[in-house]
Amino acid sequence: MTIHDITTSRRAFLAGTGLVIGVAIAPKFLSAARTGVPAGGAGDLKPMNAFVKIGTDDTVTVLSKHIEFGQGPFTGLATLVAEELDADWSQMRAVHSPTDNKIYANLAFGLQGTGGSSSIANAYEQMRKAGATARAMLVAAAAEEWKVPAAEITVEKGRMKHAGSGKESGFGAFADMASRQTPPADPKLKDPKDFVLIGTDLPKLDTREKTNGAAIFTLDIMPDGLLTAVVAHPKHFGAVVKSFDDTDARKVMGVVDIRQIPQGIAVYGENTFAALKGRDELRIDWDLSKAETRSSAELAAEYIRHFDKPGLEATNTGDVAQAFQQPGLQTVEAQIVFPFLAHAPMEPLDAVFIKAADGSVDIYNGAQFPGFDQQVAAKILSLDETKVRVNTQLAGGSFGRKAQFGSPYMQEAASVYAAIGGDRPLKHMWTREDDIQGGFYRPMYAHKMRGAVDAKGRITAWEQIIVGQSIMAKADLDSTSVEGASNLPYRIPNLKVTSHNVTLPIPPLWWRSVGHTHTGFAVETFVDELLTRVGRDPVEGRLALLDAASRHAGVLRKAAEMADWGVTLPEGRARGVAVVESFGSFVAQVADVSVGADGAPRVHKVWCAVDCGVAVNPNIIKAQMEGGIGYGLGAVLFDAVTLDKGGRIMQSNFHDYRSIRINEMPDVSVEIIKSTEKPTGVGEPGVPPIGPAVANAWRKLTDAPVRQLPIVSIMSS
Amino acid sequence: MKITLLFSGIAVNCLVVGVGIMLAPASKAQNAGSLRPVESFQSISDKRARSVALFEEAGKVIQHPRCVNCHPATERPLQGMSMRPHQPPVFRGDAGMGLVGMQCNTCHSEQNTPVVGQADTLKSIPGNPAWHLAPIEMAWEGKTLGQICEQLKDQKRNGEKTMAEMVEHMAHDELVGWGWQPGDGREPVPGTQEEFGKLIQAWADTGAACPSP
Amino acid sequence: MVTFTLNGKTRTFDGDPETPLLWVIRDFEKLTGTKYGCGVAQCGACTVHLDGMPRRSCITPIAMIDGSDVITIEGIAGKEAEAVQTAWAGLDVPQCGYCQSGQIMSAVALLQMVPKPTDDEIDGAMTGNLCRCATYHRIRAAIHNAANAMEG
Repeated sequence: MTIHDITTSRRAFLAGTGLVIGVAIAPKFLSAARTGVPAGGAGDLKPMNAFVKIGTDDTVTVLSKHIEFGQGPFTGLATLVAEELDADWSQMRAVHSPTDNKIYANLAFGLQGTGGSSSIANAYEQMRKAGATARAMLVAAAAEEWKVPAAEITVEKGRMKHAGSGKESGFGAFADMASRQTPPADPKLKDPKDFVLIGTDLPKLDTREKTNGAAIFTLDIMPDGLLTAVVAHPKHFGAVVKSFDDTDARKVMGVVDIRQIPQGIAVYGENTFAALKGRDELRIDWDLSKAETRSSAELAAEYIRHFDKPGLEATNTGDVAQAFQQPGLQTVEAQIVFPFLAHAPMEPLDAVFIKAADGSVDIYNGAQFPGFDQQVAAKILSLDETKVRVNTQLAGGSFGRKAQFGSPYMQEAASVYAAIGGDRPLKHMWTREDDIQGGFYRPMYAHKMRGAVDAKGRITAWEQIIVGQSIMAKADLDSTSVEGASNLPYRIPNLKVTSHNVTLPIPPLWWRSVGHTHTGFAVETFVDELLTRVGRDPVEGRLALLDAASRHAGVLRKAAEMADWGVTLPEGRARGVAVVESFGSFVAQVADVSVGADGAPRVHKVWCAVDCGVAVNPNIIKAQMEGGIGYGLGAVLFDAVTLDKGGRIMQSNFHDYRSIRINEMPDVSVEIIKSTEKPTGVGEPGVPPIGPAVANAWRKLTDAPVRQLPIVSIMSS
Repeated sequence: MKITLLFSGIAVNCLVVGVGIMLAPASKAQNAGSLRPVESFQSISDKRARSVALFEEAGKVIQHPRCVNCHPATERPLQGMSMRPHQPPVFRGDAGMGLVGMQCNTCHSEQNTPVVGQADTLKSIPGNPAWHLAPIEMAWEGKTLGQICEQLKDQKRNGEKTMAEMVEHMAHDELVGWGWQPGDGREPVPGTQEEFGKLIQAWADTGAACPSP
Repeated sequence: MVTFTLNGKTRTFDGDPETPLLWVIRDFEKLTGTKYGCGVAQCGACTVHLDGMPRRSCITPIAMIDGSDVITIEGIAGKEAEAVQTAWAGLDVPQCGYCQSGQIMSAVALLQMVPKPTDDEIDGAMTGNLCRCATYHRIRAAIHNAANAMEG
């Protein structure tokens, strides 16, 4: 997910709706339905503002405008509030906020949304202000009750005290009174040197429920009378139903109904298994006339033909053509082909619809743009948007999959709900096969790289051509195709980066770290190849191309130091390094690799240095680096969605779309660079460096550069 | 398929993604369904040659992926007609029943179990009351039929079976018999267990001669 | 009619005998800690204890478990379960959390059989449990911590 092109000025939103005070918060959750946990505080909760509620039981509930699917916004946003509120961590709770594109806008996007590793970055001041406002209102209430000057009241660990009178209280006793105070216009924020919670490893708020089975995800919402529906989808992108026979499907025990919708054939069951079994019994004739029928190999061949055509210019400094003409150069060329990648979050896409007595509808799901879901569902259900409430739930991962403009998933789910009508609640779910074969992949890309090194070992010219689908559906240059290449961090006097947009019926989408998933790999393997071609050390050679004071250089030096770079390695081991900036965060990784018993890369250890500005919760940052390394490593080693001759999708589940497993996970050490820069994201930036770091080590081990991903085919693994 | 060509080092193992997931290699697909009856070998007058021919016919079963997959040469069973390593990764463990916490019966049952409403390429989970890996000394993976033949006669490598016990095992063992009833979505080994048992009996009766290694 | 015990209570089921135990637990018994992730025994999110052993409930037809004893994440108890859940919280293992019921069921079963597992034994027992957030590094550490705490 990325913030590219997603509207409007940050300034306008900070001025307009950056902190909404006194907005009535009335999320109308149906009492019959189960909503996400962890729940907020018990009892009567008084809103201090749009983001903070205080319970009479002293709990402080933070309404998270960002969805929690593992990257830690519940804990992070609550930390920011608690810091300025001077709350005790034990009294903090977090829940998802209601859906509102204005009040709960991502300040980087201008509408409610989670993505682009932006949660902490955009909410850093906003949540602190929300906490400081609530604190001021509580103190004002206590001052009024105790008849003492507000300035004499101190707050520490959730206790308000007035030394002179000896009065003391928790927040709960003043929650009601405080909610009626006039909020301060411009609450004073702490000097960072006075932080007591920010920068510490506070335990995560959602861990307990995630270790005892109590955490509720969308799939776990089980209202009485629930119908469950699955949809039969085509095996070719762009295929549509020509005709179908549901005679046998309707005979399956528990199948309630079968309806055609634009996306396929929906099967409704009294329970999940009935729907699945019914779907298996459908006979569908698909119309392939508009479908993609080329194989992945044919697509790759076509991509490569674009290399010779003029492309969209992303960067052109110096004179690349002339630079390659100079005498005494060594030139290196490479073509790298990247496959389609599925995100494969553990919880496939799903949504629950419950109709209220007044005809309005509650939707429970875990999506990154709930406002889009609301708009799309309202349209399909023929309801006013105010009659559709999107209740964000914990989601079992996403990695970008649940962030979609126009909400194509919700279009399907709402169509399934609309097609059957009636008053029964409905759950629509995708199976793993729907997920792996459902498109919205990290697109396939082909890169052509050409580099020149002069007699003194300096890289004098670099040309890079990138061919692939435009994630943003652009006709002109799509920055998500070239990010990380067009802004190459290395000082190279002659640099040219161009791209070609390819149009396919296979829907593309951002995948954890977006363009950096391929540009990071291409750039960092190619620079490594150029440097080693002229006998330069990969770390020293990179540092020579970077400003010594740059954050790139900072993380690179740190990772090298952690790994004791240059140390003599045991026979059969090699190390590779890579450094990539993405979403404003800088990450360098060193991977220690050998050839495994099965002939595939075995990654033993990864050292990772990250600079993400102020570290709000170092433990969560480390966890995101570990997870990003595992996610990225699994993809470069094993993953590809491929189309067979004729265009049929070949993979369908985890047996042929492999995920990294515990026995393949390296040991990981993470260090965070101390910084006073504004915090930047960590959900994605751990991903890009691991692929090239491993590939660079692999080139040393095998003398063969990696030109095709994944490194290991499913057939050999 | 060129798109999935990999690094040169292990290219031999990993030329393609997908081809072979469902399809049997052409050589296996031919005559996959039947075994020649023992009587049809009577025309071979040389007893030793007849014995070898009988074993070669039985070899259609023995070297079928259904059988070899659970006679691996490593710690890991194989899967499918392409004989790729088992996913999820499982390992031999005590008595070939898997490692602690990830034993065969974490997923496999006493019978083949249909998988409903999921992957087209996974129609059932195979199962049998005796589901386990053959001991490492009985590994067949990567061996010629001649080598396997010698191994079957070697009591150190056949579970200390006499020839009579070996014939009985091949003809009647329930787990061996699974090969003919491997569950939905899986190609059975050729013929019937009865026909196979007769071939092995006839091979034993003709001196249990082995093809050249 | 299939009769079994679920977390110590006797339950019966008279629907489609092919229904996997996973969907009986979730849709009929409304215990939602046990998750669907793949439906083909590849991911381990549906792991339960069947007669004391870890078992993938998604490929276990209900007819197969007549007379058996089923324990889900909601019903685990004992020193191994306590040690594992405490260790998980201590390291903040979960990220999205969706796979963690299955991870914990596998980890508890391992410790019941091997109180002090090595790294290799942990990998061996846990390879069937996918985590797309890749919390593996902490899972391994948490199992060691749990083993140490039990010894403790």
